[in-house]
Amino acid sequence: MQSSFKNMVFSLGGICLVCAALLGVVYYYTAGPIAEAVKAKQDAAISAVLPSFDGKIDELEPNIYIGKASDGSVVGYAILSSASGYGGAVTLMTGITADGTIYNVQVLSHSETPGLGAKCTTDEGFYGQFRNLNSQGSILRLKKDGGSLNAISAATITSRAYTNAVNSALEIFYGLIEEENYEED
Amino acid sequence: MKKIKLILNGIIKENPTFVLLLGMCPTLATTTSAINGMSMGLATMAVLILSNMAISACARIIPDKVRIPCYIVLIATFVTILQLLMQAFVPDIYEKLGLFIPLIVVNCIVLGRAEAFASKNSILDSAFDGLGIGLGFTIALTLLGIVREFLGAGSIFGYQIFPADYGCIAFILAPGAFIVLGYLIVIFKKLTKQA
Amino acid sequence: MEYVIIFISAIFVNNILLSQFLGICPFLGVSSKKSTAIGMSGAVCFVITLATVVTFLLNNYVLAPLKLEFLQTISFILVIAALVQSVEIILKKIAPSLYQALGIFLPLITTNCAVLGVALTVVTKQFDFSGTMQSLNLLEATVYAFATSLGYGLAMIIFSSLREHLALANVPKAFKGIPIALITAGILALAFMGFSGLV
Repeated sequence: MQSSFKNMVFSLGGICLVCAALLGVVYYYTAGPIAEAVKAKQDAAISAVLPSFDGKIDELEPNIYIGKASDGSVVGYAILSSASGYGGAVTLMTGITADGTIYNVQVLSHSETPGLGAKCTTDEGFYGQFRNLNSQGSILRLKKDGGSLNAISAATITSRAYTNAVNSALEIFYGLIEEENYEED
Repeated sequence: MKKIKLILNGIIKENPTFVLLLGMCPTLATTTSAINGMSMGLATMAVLILSNMAISACARIIPDKVRIPCYIVLIATFVTILQLLMQAFVPDIYEKLGLFIPLIVVNCIVLGRAEAFASKNSILDSAFDGLGIGLGFTIALTLLGIVREFLGAGSIFGYQIFPADYGCIAFILAPGAFIVLGYLIVIFKKLTKQA
Repeated sequence: MEYVIIFISAIFVNNILLSQFLGICPFLGVSSKKSTAIGMSGAVCFVITLATVVTFLLNNYVLAPLKLEFLQTISFILVIAALVQSVEIILKKIAPSLYQALGIFLPLITTNCAVLGVALTVVTKQFDFSGTMQSLNLLEATVYAFATSLGYGLAMIIFSSLREHLALANVPKAFKGIPIALITAGILALAFMGFSGLV
């Protein structure tokens, strides 16, 4: 087709308009399911890292969730934290019971190398170490860094990121506990 | 008969990966496992079929000078729709493929077929051309994924064949992608007697 | 300090070609001669940096306030296409000698996924700054884009010199051309993995 200024403006403008409208419609209909998918993943992670209980989960602050049993007692805190790994951020949900014991840790997202760093989700010898661990307020470290935790073989950077993310969750937890005690006094 | 020929053309004679060497970025980046490679191939195929059909339908009303921007807008629209649908219904796969879903927009295969085939042929033929090329791409990516997953992690589609500890990790990492693709092209050339 | 880390990791550790696989088509297509590889690298460097600045501003001051982030892909590619066209026209007018050097590569760059890839990475990815994850600001984004494109140029120029030698080597017929180039790129990527402990 011959190009003239008029038909170029009309055809390009028309196509943009149709496409924009189409995208608007698809966005309108997928916004709900997308939000649900994100929430479902988060909820699954929260319930996986806290002891099972009947009651409800409250969002204390963004990224900090608190599980309360039906009698109002605190079952534990689920805290979202991340640290920089080899391929990008490693984002974890860490469940901590009221006495500071880590109940369980779940990886929400990571972009570590398959077969190496990505083992942080499958290598039980690694992530199992964090279960029922009570650091008593000290910072968790890998053996390589003078601590007691074993790293995933050939993936020290990922293991370190995982440990750092758990540490920042613990730090948030102790901050919360202190605040609470302060209020009670 | 012609339709079957169109599909076979995409798989063998004009295989986008092994013969035309187009769309190399997702080919190398997403084939760390068979399932990832296949998902990427299928996602690209969906965009390819839809954009081929839309472009073939619009080709007559688009002036020559603005055809490339028009094609890019159409392709980007389909990619964004796919992106939203994947986020909503298969979030796990979407997360694995990550950046390479929006990058389908700049996959030379899609724009290449729009320019070389869809703009000159009927809607139905364009759809079959998209299907053929898409299948060729999917097969190539799945094959690459199978080889890399097998050599690197000892499994195929997640089924463990030999213990993962004996795998050579380099095949899952960047270097393996280049090397395996190089050898697959040689094998493809030998089989189709192009060398 | 942070700028140095961004710089080193973008050039060596996360090299855009050899570990992120962005912009592979021109990497294989125009790397058989060193002079064209240098021209292409120059053009990519210019466009990636410019496009990242423009798309970064577009995202943070237009799309994000309006909650239209789902339009990122489509608006970025249009901006990049328009930008490449205008750069071509402007260069032709004001710097004909530069246009002669980069001109033929410019149209190819619109569909170079490195440009869109870096633009999308900069606005979505979070980076680690002394222990906390945060998004980049404009200056950091610019440094990241520029360093990434330098990494592109580095890999491109090394690879093209290798290929100039490969052309003289006696390899089996089926391996001639792209297959042996790919295998060489694999070995080069293996060498670049050595930088991974650096940052």
